[in-house]
Amino acid sequence: MAIFDEELRALKERVLKLGSMVETAIHDSVRSLVERDSDLAREVIRKDHQINALDVEIDEECTRLIALRQPKARDLRFITTAMKITTDLERIGDLAENVAERAIELNEESQLKPYIDIPRMAEIAQEMVRDSLDAFVKGYTKMPYEIIKRDDEVDKLNVQVFNELLFYMIQDPNTISRAARISYVSKYLERIADHATNIAEMVIYMCKGKMIRHTEIQGNE
Amino acid sequence: MVEKKNIFEIRDFSVYYGDLMAVKNNNLVIEKNKITAIIGPSGCGKSTLLRSLNRMNDLILSSRVEGKILFHGVDIYDRDTDVIELRRRVGMVFQKPNPFPSSVYENVAYGPKIRGIKKKSQLDEIVENALVRADIWKEVKDKLDESGLSLSGGQMQRLCIARSLAQEPEVLLFDEPTSALDPISTANIENLLQELQKTVTIVIVTHNMQQAARISDYTVFMYLGELIEFGDTDTIFVNPQNKLTEEYITGRFG
Repeated sequence: MAIFDEELRALKERVLKLGSMVETAIHDSVRSLVERDSDLAREVIRKDHQINALDVEIDEECTRLIALRQPKARDLRFITTAMKITTDLERIGDLAENVAERAIELNEESQLKPYIDIPRMAEIAQEMVRDSLDAFVKGYTKMPYEIIKRDDEVDKLNVQVFNELLFYMIQDPNTISRAARISYVSKYLERIADHATNIAEMVIYMCKGKMIRHTEIQGNE
Repeated sequence: MVEKKNIFEIRDFSVYYGDLMAVKNNNLVIEKNKITAIIGPSGCGKSTLLRSLNRMNDLILSSRVEGKILFHGVDIYDRDTDVIELRRRVGMVFQKPNPFPSSVYENVAYGPKIRGIKKKSQLDEIVENALVRADIWKEVKDKLDESGLSLSGGQMQRLCIARSLAQEPEVLLFDEPTSALDPISTANIENLLQELQKTVTIVIVTHNMQQAARISDYTVFMYLGELIEFGDTDTIFVNPQNKLTEEYITGRFG
């Protein structure tokens, strides 16, 4: 059984590694936009392959553990959670890649407006990912609920960004191609926060054996 | 609300072997046509509890019980219980296959004969029916006169199940019925139990937790004579409520 504990620990570390790669991808993709650094954007795109590869590795390891160790109870919930979390992380990686793609396109034209809400959204989304993984590793049961609440803030910022861009587009059709791209970026970040929310919800399942997905959260427990 | 059919109700039930309290104040219901698995480490009292359900423990001289076990609402430990009839209605299959040293046919016909059934055609029907239900008819129909001991381990165990079924029991108690069998024979027995569940209520003691997970509807976890947790098998194996249960089924016990 000591071997199994070691395998679970190694699995946890791999998920954390994937998490940190994804966090970096979010951070760098938005930085490549704000600092108009297309080389950095290309690096984010190039590194997405590594995220995908690690996602596959983790899935295979989870399948192997289920087959060979027949995990039960909290071990089973940990492994199934790891499998689902990595899918969300991989999708976040893809979205960061999309942000980088839009950044490259936007960097080729003059800057439409200073980026204020976008970095704010990225910061919150990145924190949500980090905290949800922290809760996953440490088995925190309260923190996921806090994380899920922060998703509303990102949603609000997304609406705000969109309305602002709409204003630009109405005023001057020349801004449309840039404004549309920025609106995409905003939407990508909003989706990232949604995936972080999924992770937090899965952590609650892992800790308590209770599925709260697709339900309204009432209070704190 | 659909009324659940409880065939057994175990109430504040304890078993002593001399001074040793092997089963401590257990409370449990056994639902009709379900498979209830009892798991727990060696010496936890699971076999004692199982054997109490048809008073097999009476055979151990130093044993005595407290509390009640209601079978269809009647306490089987009442003084006027017909223990022979109780054991016909609540049959038992053991760990090691133990056919009588007689023919396949005689093994199955033994019980009905004791009950006074003499007509050959009627016995033939009972024997065939029991062997069919135990899913061994095809394998033995041409060697009914051969010794039951000439069969393979898995076949012998199914013969023993057929022998119990010939008594038309309402409940079958299984004490580690596959621990002496290979994986294929084990799978056959497990499939058989799930088939039998339609007509017979099953209680099984097993050391093989995966077996409990695979076939049972309810799981009971016992430790040191106490009933620690009882619940849907799904719940016990995915999200047990008791820390001891969790430690036991994840193999981190002790």
